[in-house]
Amino acid sequence: MKTSIIELKGLTKRYGSINVVDHLNLNIHKGEIFGLLGPNGAGKTTTILMMLGLIEPTSGIAKVCGHNSISSPINVKSKVGYMPDNVGFYDHMTGLENLVYIGQLNGLSRLEAEKSAISIMKTVGLDNALNTKTAAYSRGMKQRLGLADVLIKEPEVIIMDEPTLGIDPSGVQDFLKLIKTLSRKHGLTVLLSSHHLNQVQKICDRVGIFVKGKLLAQGNIEQLSEQLFSQTSHQVSITLSEPVKLTQEEELALQELAKIEHIYKENSQIYINCNKTLTPSIVRFLVERNYNIIGVHQKTYGLEDIYQKYFENQHLNV
Amino acid sequence: MAISYTDFSFSKSLNKSVPIWAMVRKEISDHIRSWQFIILLMIIIFTFFASMYVAISNLNSAISNTKDPDHLLIYLKLLTITDGSLPPFHVFISFLGPLLGISLGFNAINSEQQNGTLIRVMAQPIYRDNLLLSKFISVTILISTMFLTLSLLMIGGGLLITGVPIEFEEVVRILSYIIICVFYVEFWFSLSIIFSIRFKQAATAAIAAIGLWLFFTIFYNMIINVIAKVIIPKSNMFSSSPYSWIETLFHMAPSQLYTDATTTLLIPKVRSLGPMSMEQMAGAIPNSLPIRDSLLIVWPQVSGLISVTIACFALAYYFFMRKEIKC
Repeated sequence: MKTSIIELKGLTKRYGSINVVDHLNLNIHKGEIFGLLGPNGAGKTTTILMMLGLIEPTSGIAKVCGHNSISSPINVKSKVGYMPDNVGFYDHMTGLENLVYIGQLNGLSRLEAEKSAISIMKTVGLDNALNTKTAAYSRGMKQRLGLADVLIKEPEVIIMDEPTLGIDPSGVQDFLKLIKTLSRKHGLTVLLSSHHLNQVQKICDRVGIFVKGKLLAQGNIEQLSEQLFSQTSHQVSITLSEPVKLTQEEELALQELAKIEHIYKENSQIYINCNKTLTPSIVRFLVERNYNIIGVHQKTYGLEDIYQKYFENQHLNV
Repeated sequence: MAISYTDFSFSKSLNKSVPIWAMVRKEISDHIRSWQFIILLMIIIFTFFASMYVAISNLNSAISNTKDPDHLLIYLKLLTITDGSLPPFHVFISFLGPLLGISLGFNAINSEQQNGTLIRVMAQPIYRDNLLLSKFISVTILISTMFLTLSLLMIGGGLLITGVPIEFEEVVRILSYIIICVFYVEFWFSLSIIFSIRFKQAATAAIAAIGLWLFFTIFYNMIINVIAKVIIPKSNMFSSSPYSWIETLFHMAPSQLYTDATTTLLIPKVRSLGPMSMEQMAGAIPNSLPIRDSLLIVWPQVSGLISVTIACFALAYYFFMRKEIKC
């Protein structure tokens, strides 16, 4: 039985006449990594701040770890680690001092805070920058310090707003890997918000697509593509060892096979559009007729396409 | 069982009070290391020693002036006498105090917001007002330490030079003078905190606060003079009593409140802040007032200064609690 650790019910935030977040319902289970995807200005940050009780929702309920984040924000904030998108530190203090300060704000004594800060900085790979002022930190190091900042309070839930913003590709890889291992090791629930799909795709168990204050779809990548592309065609491309010489009747038979919509030939390649996954039967059909197949490629839809698709729809609606 | 429960809740509530002191500690260390505080501290220390030097070199003539009823209160003399080359210390503070308060507060909130540290601190399990409260507490500790240190230095130096023991009345007067100084600086500090909450740029907040300070020190009197000239008919110039509200308006400016309060406290022979008629003067014995009477005279000033400080703090509090943390 999966238990929900974050529950949003009808969460709404109005600024003027615009609903920045519009009746949002969302359940996030314990221990999963959830990606909140959406373009800039979709209301991701507002949603996150409402979960933390830093913005008061116009209506609706946000419950995190069983606490209502409007009526008892302190309880929520002691269990949730939040990393803002533009994470900032006190520049005149060293990384360690910054971390110890946050530890103290979470009720640790100075000594305890210092002890756990040192071990956490080792975990995130900053052990050789302990006593460097944060003004001298690179962007990637700041991001790591931000993660350390979140970990020092030993949270149950980690919420990260655009954690990959402004780090180079290899840095992103390392950072996300770190998040994933930490989450699995300690059973942490992670909520990421991002507009970088392919990065998030790799580590998220589930994603939610969030556009203009509404959650358009949620689920894992396969579910999402199924939800979205069930009506649209799949594309299969088959490469033969010799140039394609399909006869008229063979082509007709192929089209008979399963109401194939469109066949397109080019040198040794055949592109077939069909309404569901027919690849095995198409291959069998060709093999029976003694064609030498050297490659079959069925196009699958990634998050990028899903995202694109939603945005297209969104633009059409506007 | 019940006992262990209360024990538990007690230790928990104790734990909860810890963060604010960690914040106060951090704020104080931030201020001490900041250039604006160091510079102003240097200026204040410099003016303190300069005015002390002038006072000490004129102390002899001041004490031997037997016509002066309080010529024997040496330590008050140290704070107030001058030969005209330099203003006394409390006059210096009347315009350095606002600068100190403004410099401590003008970037208190907006710089944290610009650096992104505000939201990071707000995401910790602390109450929102703790941040503002810690800033006030730290500045209060800082300023009172500074004034107390300077006064003790003055007393110690005076004791070494003259060898005259300090009188109880002088201690009370100097202590109340310190309290007024602290509130005066706090007033400007809370005012500049309001600006730092309202304006995103630290420079805008600083300019706004300094503008207000200039208004009160220079333009306020001018404007009231102009208004008074328009309102009061020329023929009635000598009967000022019906227009005493103009006099009151003059005394409403915070710097005037401070000057009135400190002069009365530090110079015991001052017996009225407004004009006195000949009848009132007639029976008066040229004697210094006891501390209780001096305090009674300045009570409106003191309470005005304290209440305006509290009002500013409350306003800052209100703005901060309603502020959008995002962006």
